[in-house]
Amino acid sequence: MDLSFGPEYEGFRSEVATFLASNADKAPKGNDLRGQQAKDWQKLLIEHGYTCRTIPKEFGGYGAEPDIIKTRIIAEEFSKARVNAGLGGQGISMLVPTLLEMGTQEQKEQFIRPTITGDMIWCQGYSEPGAGSDLAALSTAAVLDGDEWVINGQKIWTSTAQIADWIFCLVRSEPDAPKHKGISFLLFDMKTPGIEVRPLVDMTGHANFNETFFTDVRVPKHQIVGERGQGWQVANAILGHERETLAPANTAQTRINALIELMKNETADGARLIDNPVYRDRLMKIQGKVMAMRFNELRVLSARLNAGQDPGLSRMITKLEGTELRHDLEGLAIDVMGEIGLAYEDNPHLRGGGSWQRDYMYFLGLIIGGGTSQIQKNIISERGLGMPREPKFEKAS
Amino acid sequence: MQFGLSEEQILLLDNVNRFLDDNSPLDRVRAYADGGDDADIWAGLTELGVPALLIPEAQGGIGLDPLDAAIVAESLGAHITPSPFLGTAVMAPTALVASGGKYDDLLAEIAAGTHRVGIAFSEAIKRRNDAQVEARDGRLFGKSLFAFDADADSYLVADQKQHLYLVAADDPGLTRTHLTTVDKTRRTVELTYDNAAAQSVSTDVRVFESVLDIGRVAIAADTMGAAQNMLDQAVEYAKQREQFNRPIGSFQAVKHMCAEMAAQLEPCRSMVWFAGHALAELPEEARVTACHTKAHLAEVAQFVAKTATEVHGGMGFTDLVGLHYWFKRCGANRQWLGAPEFVRQEAAVLQGLTD
Repeated sequence: MDLSFGPEYEGFRSEVATFLASNADKAPKGNDLRGQQAKDWQKLLIEHGYTCRTIPKEFGGYGAEPDIIKTRIIAEEFSKARVNAGLGGQGISMLVPTLLEMGTQEQKEQFIRPTITGDMIWCQGYSEPGAGSDLAALSTAAVLDGDEWVINGQKIWTSTAQIADWIFCLVRSEPDAPKHKGISFLLFDMKTPGIEVRPLVDMTGHANFNETFFTDVRVPKHQIVGERGQGWQVANAILGHERETLAPANTAQTRINALIELMKNETADGARLIDNPVYRDRLMKIQGKVMAMRFNELRVLSARLNAGQDPGLSRMITKLEGTELRHDLEGLAIDVMGEIGLAYEDNPHLRGGGSWQRDYMYFLGLIIGGGTSQIQKNIISERGLGMPREPKFEKAS
Repeated sequence: MQFGLSEEQILLLDNVNRFLDDNSPLDRVRAYADGGDDADIWAGLTELGVPALLIPEAQGGIGLDPLDAAIVAESLGAHITPSPFLGTAVMAPTALVASGGKYDDLLAEIAAGTHRVGIAFSEAIKRRNDAQVEARDGRLFGKSLFAFDADADSYLVADQKQHLYLVAADDPGLTRTHLTTVDKTRRTVELTYDNAAAQSVSTDVRVFESVLDIGRVAIAADTMGAAQNMLDQAVEYAKQREQFNRPIGSFQAVKHMCAEMAAQLEPCRSMVWFAGHALAELPEEARVTACHTKAHLAEVAQFVAKTATEVHGGMGFTDLVGLHYWFKRCGANRQWLGAPEFVRQEAAVLQGLTD
């Protein structure tokens, strides 16, 4: 057991902290995370290697060797200082790593730089009304016509489609092949004729997602990542990684500290909620869980750093446990506040900018999205515990 | 950075596991539950160095760390082994070593496996009803409930002030009454003190706390092992047992129960490791972590014990399969050295969240 990262890394940590101390005022705050200030901040972070750290210099990144510990230190320091850690979005988090692994040199040159600077916003076209948990059942059709794919069909849960410049999209290009082998991974401009985006208002009251319709959308043949029919492998190259990072323990720790502060300030009949043994016990229960997840994450990290260390099921359970835990944590904050916990939007009694209600609902969304809790349980039991698969249901003809 | 067991620790775990696979199978545990003793098991564990684990080399021990003790505890829990490990090898040495060289002879006897020390702490944690321990001029009065183990040679007793005393089991002022509990893998007693001769081991509350902390982490590790074993048995059973012409483990209703157990239990392993490590290396985090680990493991194990039994269907409820021994071990661990609600309250106090 050795929890130190060593003097070189502690030096790096203080570098990051020093940077944050003198630059944090330049970081964007609030919800406009795509404006000029956000872009300038992103540029500064890339220059210092605090984001897009391992993306090669030739594509606009910082060009560092992969170093899991430094990545973690950066995340920890930004989270501790509560400073925006740079642009997110599915282009940066999903498409760029996919292109780096599976894209052609031309695709890397064309797309990576504008994506990481925030000049090219992407949306992800994976799920369909008929293909949710069973994603490989997707049916949006791509038919080759000369030098162009002609796309017809519908996607759903396309977050940021209303502002996206481009989409990376899974389509069925080989209708006669087995379902996992008939999919291709296409990239195309959202301004292409035949695309219609309809906002999908969710329980938070906001349109975090959209429905996106394609009618005879024509896409140049070469805008494919990987080969025809390889789309499933291309998409899966990074899907597992997305799951692990949906609800990091770091953030849960920050939130429980905020919850403790909330309980020290909120009162009922003049008594602080932190002094109420019932609510305090609920707090302590959740704090214990957050603690367990923090240490689980240390084990995940350690297994990455030390070849030969068995991670057990520590990686496989993080999406399921992490999202459920955050939902419970945010829900406790609401209970602590009682009716005040219901405050939303412009209510003058709003606490924490409405973040408790927003995250309470948002994490219910994450329990469902990115592979539902039920799908996670299938994965844990079948791949983790070696239990038999559900027999295939034969369709009645 | 390396968060996990070292090669030596994995070797230690393998050695203890192998010994207990051979010497503490369910039939052997049943023999103890039916009134037998655990002498051969403790003799074997002594050969492996288990009672000497936490005793410094200078005092005739092996000088390993709390994490190593947690590893052994996990294996003992997995095998639901009857043994005086918790009191004799974990808690008593921690108290006795803290008292300087005063107890070197006793520590040597402990290391040699010839002296067992039981623990009577309940009255210093949360005393129940009329139980209480009072010390006057080197003499003890009152009574302790649910002291472990029944056949100790001496007892480490904590009074309400959390001062520690050592009382010989054969002291004329001490009466020992067996208290039957649901957990037949260990035996507890009521100790009544009527002018019992007591050696003062420590009047420093911090010593009591360090003994309690390591005891709690060891219990959490024991719980971890027991719960993991129940999950393993449930998964194995669900793969074998067929109904409706298919293994019941292929039904999502069943496999999701197993996934939920695994998902809750897996972080517990890291938590126990960290708690063990913190006792030796991170004093400012050690106490809160020990509390949370004890309480969290108790909650997860309660869920696992119930769910793993349900996966076994009717067989889980029978004595034939014997799953109930693990169920009851988890249940006893939950109450020993502080029930979860009280332990979480301590965690809150330690963080200054309440008085």
